[in-house]
Amino acid sequence: MQRRYIIYGICAVILLTSPLYLNRYWVDVLNSVGIYALLGLSLNLIVGHTGLFNLGHAAFYAVGAYTAAILNTRFDIPILWLLPACAVTAGLFAVIIARPIIHLRGDYLCIVTIGVGEIVRIALINDVFGITGGANGIFGISRPEFFGIRIRRPNEFFYLIWFFVAVTVFLFYRLEQSRFGRALNYLREDEVAAEGSGINTAHYKLAAFVLGAAWAGMVGNIYAAKMTIISPESFSFWESVLMFTLVILGGSGSIPGVLLGAFLIIGLPEVFRGFANARMLIFGAAMVLMMIFRTQGILPPHPRTYPIDDGSDSEEAREPA
Amino acid sequence: MSLLELDDLTKRFGGLTAVDHVSFTVETGSVVGLIGPNGAGKTTVFNLITGNYQPNEGTVTFDGRQIGGLRTHKIVSMGIARTFQTIRLFQNLSVLENVLAGCHCRMHSGVFGGMFRTPGQKREEQEALSRALAELEFVGLRKYASYLSTNLSYGNQRLLEIARALATQPRLLILDEPAGGMNEQETDLLIQLIRKMKGRGLTVLLIEHDMGLVMQACEKIVVIEYGRKIAEGGPEEIKNDPRVIEAYLGTEEEEV
Repeated sequence: MQRRYIIYGICAVILLTSPLYLNRYWVDVLNSVGIYALLGLSLNLIVGHTGLFNLGHAAFYAVGAYTAAILNTRFDIPILWLLPACAVTAGLFAVIIARPIIHLRGDYLCIVTIGVGEIVRIALINDVFGITGGANGIFGISRPEFFGIRIRRPNEFFYLIWFFVAVTVFLFYRLEQSRFGRALNYLREDEVAAEGSGINTAHYKLAAFVLGAAWAGMVGNIYAAKMTIISPESFSFWESVLMFTLVILGGSGSIPGVLLGAFLIIGLPEVFRGFANARMLIFGAAMVLMMIFRTQGILPPHPRTYPIDDGSDSEEAREPA
Repeated sequence: MSLLELDDLTKRFGGLTAVDHVSFTVETGSVVGLIGPNGAGKTTVFNLITGNYQPNEGTVTFDGRQIGGLRTHKIVSMGIARTFQTIRLFQNLSVLENVLAGCHCRMHSGVFGGMFRTPGQKREEQEALSRALAELEFVGLRKYASYLSTNLSYGNQRLLEIARALATQPRLLILDEPAGGMNEQETDLLIQLIRKMKGRGLTVLLIEHDMGLVMQACEKIVVIEYGRKIAEGGPEEIKNDPRVIEAYLGTEEEEV
């Protein structure tokens, strides 16, 4: 267990120093990895912990990104100040969407969320309310600024994005270890038993969905700030599939798993660019093999530990400190 | 005083009347058995009490309050906990976490408390942990706390379900065939456990096919057949009731 943390530490150090020796292109790849890691972590709450199949996560990402873009370009509000607004709009949108469909199970929910994702994308293309800029999207989103320092180059974005990843990992890890996190797992394992044990399953499903969506909304803000131009294409069904796949591949319900999944799904295709068109083939074959031989994902979640003795001397069982 | 009162409870599934105008009461501090042949509607009665089903007619009154129409988790937090006929544990979670599920409804911290580990949240977690361990100790599974629940023996899985139900701090515990799949020794331990629960001031309502357990543990027995109550009384009374004997063994004319 201790060795695990040493490995995490080494990975973190390698990652944080990587802009020092990687060129701009690769730093930008790492930025994409970071963004997908964030999206994966937010989706992991819904898919991994709660077991709700959501294949329309890009919709909430889009709502956040467009909120940031519209408010920034129309009212000149600094983009990072809009993070809470993006969380709120994406979260509210999730409440409206999820309320009537959240009781659906497995594949049914999956199909409906695909529909939601498509509706949002098509609505954006059709320039709903005349504020989304149609198929062209929105231009001229301003760069984020920190105490007068304008974040512009990939290296600078690298630290902004990965700082956000670190905060997310920290908060979500703690959430995972809490009453809330356990409740999500109970209802993933057996909904009837969870309700019968006194857990308000409808409430927790909705809460997980909304929290995941709100987080994706904030990631949308960062994405808009990084690209300075957003269009409906960036929020296609394929994006939802990528997020879903990286969670399942990495290990659903596992934070290190999701991070690794983001590196593999987003990073590996870049590494395999040399194979040109064959790269997706190799990639697909790797995924098929994975799903056959390691169905729980590459890094499945570790069981939570509690401060108790493991019971070898149950007679003198110590009370937890 | 009666803790639970079923009054004229009826549940229909299409053309089938699974529970047909059933009324009985469960006195505070007593152990009541609900028996009857397979398919008599016993589990349906339980599902009506715990809010898994809504009755078509009649009322369920718990501690003076009508609980018909309330959602299950609400009923649990009012003080009715149950176990399931087919074991329903959270299989991929540890034994301890299964019991912590029961503690959930007596805790309050949410997303914010979890993310920022507020002092209140930490205290609450501590309390829940020691309560869960105490319940495990009570049913005799303390030494398996960190096992995966799916790795427990069948009888121990039943005990774990009881521990999870006890962790909700119920006043009424509803056990659906607690001795199902248990060997004789385990059943004897279960009888002792039910007596210990009674000693804690708990009221117990149970469905069971093991007549030895029912006769030893229950003060009152309610018999239903085809959804209707056919008898009610103490163990001796029930044993000698001709209608009960008929329901279980058939009448002489029917025998070949």
